Amino acid sequence: MTDTPARRPAGELEAQVLAALWAADRPLTPQQVQQAVTADLARTTVATILARLHEKGTVARTKAGRAFAYTPTVQDADGLAARRMRTELERGRDRSTVLARFVSDLSDEDERLLRDLLGEQP
Amino acid sequence: MTLAVWAPLLLPLLAAPLARRLAEQLAPRAAALVLAATAAALGAATLASLGLLAVTGLLHLPYGAALAHLSPAHWHPGRLSDPEWAPTAVLAATALLAVGALAARAARHQYADLRRARAATGDAPAGLRALVRRPGPAAPALTVLTDDRADAYALPGRPPRIVATTGMLAALTGPERAALLAHERAHLSGRHHLLLAATEYAAACHPALRPLRPALGYHLERWADERAAAEVGDRALTARAIGRAALAAARAPAPAPARSPRLAATAGPVPRRVRALLAAPAHPHHALRAFAALALAGCLTATTCATAEAGHDFHRAVETAQGDPTG
Repeated sequence: MTDTPARRPAGELEAQVLAALWAADRPLTPQQVQQAVTADLARTTVATILARLHEKGTVARTKAGRAFAYTPTVQDADGLAARRMRTELERGRDRSTVLARFVSDLSDEDERLLRDLLGEQP
Repeated sequence: MTLAVWAPLLLPLLAAPLARRLAEQLAPRAAALVLAATAAALGAATLASLGLLAVTGLLHLPYGAALAHLSPAHWHPGRLSDPEWAPTAVLAATALLAVGALAARAARHQYADLRRARAATGDAPAGLRALVRRPGPAAPALTVLTDDRADAYALPGRPPRIVATTGMLAALTGPERAALLAHERAHLSGRHHLLLAATEYAAACHPALRPLRPALGYHLERWADERAAAEVGDRALTARAIGRAALAAARAPAPAPARSPRLAATAGPVPRRVRALLAAPAHPHHALRAFAALALAGCLTATTCATAEAGHDFHRAVETAQGDPTG
């Protein structure tokens, strides 16, 4: 499998662009998105992805000077998804293994070890 | 069916530690497959043995014997005398009921988690077929949940989704987010949830198989980590993404998850994953790997043969008691 960025399915880049928009606390122009993703994406590719996301209603856009600035839309108007999520997270340790989580809980010793490995100050 | 029927109940005590030892010496993908296959094979053999013991006992009862058209005078399924069969069969039947209860609890638990996670993304609950089927070639969609706590997971089913909280996305840089997405995509495209589910049910069959669950979980994470590192082309970046995500999750402002009282002497899975990505690929201990592989293969072969033998003996004993002249 040759995984060059250009050959990746569009959905992968869409996810990266969407993640960058959610991580930002303000609307981003295509140029700012391009910088936030830093995956050697051409500006035109970013613009195409943003247009597609806008068409789907996943992002909203506002005029910012000469360009558009994009923000992700909360699809559930009542913030219902967020509330449900909270209850889901609060079940805490009583989880089955069916959802593979990115990271598991850390013990205090794990935390110290991890900061050591990453060269971070506690 | 004297010894043969007991072997599958005893061999997991030996085979499960061997499988874990072997997994440590293998690449993540091979390790995960060995662990899941070992768990599934030993779990199935345990079920077969318990089933044979329970049915053999049942056929000692007048009603059971009549149902199977057995002549009680010719029903000698093993070296155990008739009075010895009753407690054995009762124990086996009790164990089967316990296995059934544990498996049902695991299934309920998994289903509830999936339903809750689907509700959070606004989808209808995924059916069983959607969970088993290979996901399509399209990249899974990213679903973002507004929550300050850092969390991310792969949600199998239809449509497959990568779920991340705003807290998680904000804690990482752009390239680190790419590593996170690649990691979760690897879980979904590899259908890792099926291996986890198989091992979960196998653990319900035999207590000795329970330690295979966390071991499999670790190697599946490593498998997805390696896929992510290959995709973003940077092992150190992938290690940093995992480490920073775990630290962000540990900083969670809301109800602190109960810390597991883990011994400080052994590092937890996250530091081990980070270390594995940062270090040069470890050289496997060839002699240890060969020994563990041979010993595990021996255990699995013995289990398979014993199960087949016990089944064959049972069949012959039944035919004899039914007055079949060929028996």
